[in-house]
Amino acid sequence: MSPISSALRRLCLPVLLVCSGLLLAGCGVNNIPSYQETAKAKWSDVLNQYQRRADLIPNLVETVKGYAAQERQVLEEVTNARARATQVQIPPDIVNNPEAFKRFQEAQQQLTGALGRLLAISERYPDLKSNQNFLALQSQLEGTENRIAVARRDYIDAVRQYNTELRTFPGVIWASTLYRSEKPMETFTVAEDVTRPPQVKF
Amino acid sequence: MRASPRLSHRVGLASAAAVALLAVLLTIAVAALEFPALSGRVVDEAGILDPAARAALTDKLAALEAKTTDQVVVVTLKSLQGTSIEDFGVQLGRRWQVGQKDKNNGALLIVAPHEHKVRIEVGYGLEGTLTDAVSRLIIENAILPRFRANDFAGGISRGVDDIVSVLTGDAAEWQQRAAKRPEVTAHGNSALVLLLVIIVFVLVFYMLAGSNSRGRGRASRGGWWVGPSSGSGSSWSSGSSGGFGGGFSGGGGSFGGGGSSGSW
Repeated sequence: MSPISSALRRLCLPVLLVCSGLLLAGCGVNNIPSYQETAKAKWSDVLNQYQRRADLIPNLVETVKGYAAQERQVLEEVTNARARATQVQIPPDIVNNPEAFKRFQEAQQQLTGALGRLLAISERYPDLKSNQNFLALQSQLEGTENRIAVARRDYIDAVRQYNTELRTFPGVIWASTLYRSEKPMETFTVAEDVTRPPQVKF
Repeated sequence: MRASPRLSHRVGLASAAAVALLAVLLTIAVAALEFPALSGRVVDEAGILDPAARAALTDKLAALEAKTTDQVVVVTLKSLQGTSIEDFGVQLGRRWQVGQKDKNNGALLIVAPHEHKVRIEVGYGLEGTLTDAVSRLIIENAILPRFRANDFAGGISRGVDDIVSVLTGDAAEWQQRAAKRPEVTAHGNSALVLLLVIIVFVLVFYMLAGSNSRGRGRASRGGWWVGPSSGSGSSWSSGSSGGFGGGFSGGGGSFGGGGSSGSW
């Protein structure tokens, strides 16, 4: 055997490894994990914004109570809905767990509805409406609802990209070989509170 | 020339699919919002500001950026195109990428005179300074009273004054924060990637050189080095913005729905 051919043979494997690594990276072998991480980050952002909303509520309830203590039913409703929303178990695999995801979404939707009613009744109390503290809380709450909407949309987009990658070429090859344990993620259905204006009861 | 029936059938299917795809693409294009171009710090699409007011606002906002690096853009819209001003605002902010890339310190003052809506859209990095409550106060106290009297230039000017005073209020603290986080992240990453690429190339090069004769190996060295070095130089673009007056562009900042809205 000539020295050149033995050297070539010795080098064949590492070169092949390096080249195949570059080739694989070029045809999207990393897409599934990176899209998944993006979607997870977006999900954390959604949770973060919902938490921020929950943190604002006790203060808001106290402020409204100072001016409209007779609206006990609405105030209790908000307090209870907040308690339920913060007590919902969030398992680590919630984005792959349709039931847990649905429970979470429903609890948050109930809180959205109760909050809408609270803000609606506050319109009836001019003193409350002109209270600076209430104005600040109200604007924070509106801002948080808006951030929730943005975070949800970002999450939906990230999940759509990830789920599409799992089911389309060439991602489907990696999904059925390397990443067989990765499942499609859950996404938000269009919430009722988006399609229906908040109810105002008199 | 005559195509076989089977072939023509197939061609028909393909063209039908292409038409369907085109239709889908067109509906997406129609559904998406159309954004005005970021022509400067004041984008007066609705045409409610005279040139003197535009120039004054531009000077104020340029001075603000020179001082704090915060980018604030005033935009008036002909139409919200059927969506809410909150939705339009966050999408416009992300499209224009107002604010420095690693600080996300951009903000928009959006006025939609036909819909009677105004909004201060705040980038991620300014949410702690220009909070929702502060934005609301600026809108309620400085902007809306003047808008109700049809004084758009006055309302916008006072609103910008207030935004500037809020943003410069803790400029010293902001600069400290900025100094603590130098702009290394993006460049650090690219440098690391570049280093890895070079290492891989060097490895491959030495393997090839080792297998060939010495003379050919040395000759090919020049060829190998041209690739990575020339490629890296052109692919970098910094995220900093244009300066005073001339070409203004967003610095890469992002938005997450902070701020407040009002209507009159």
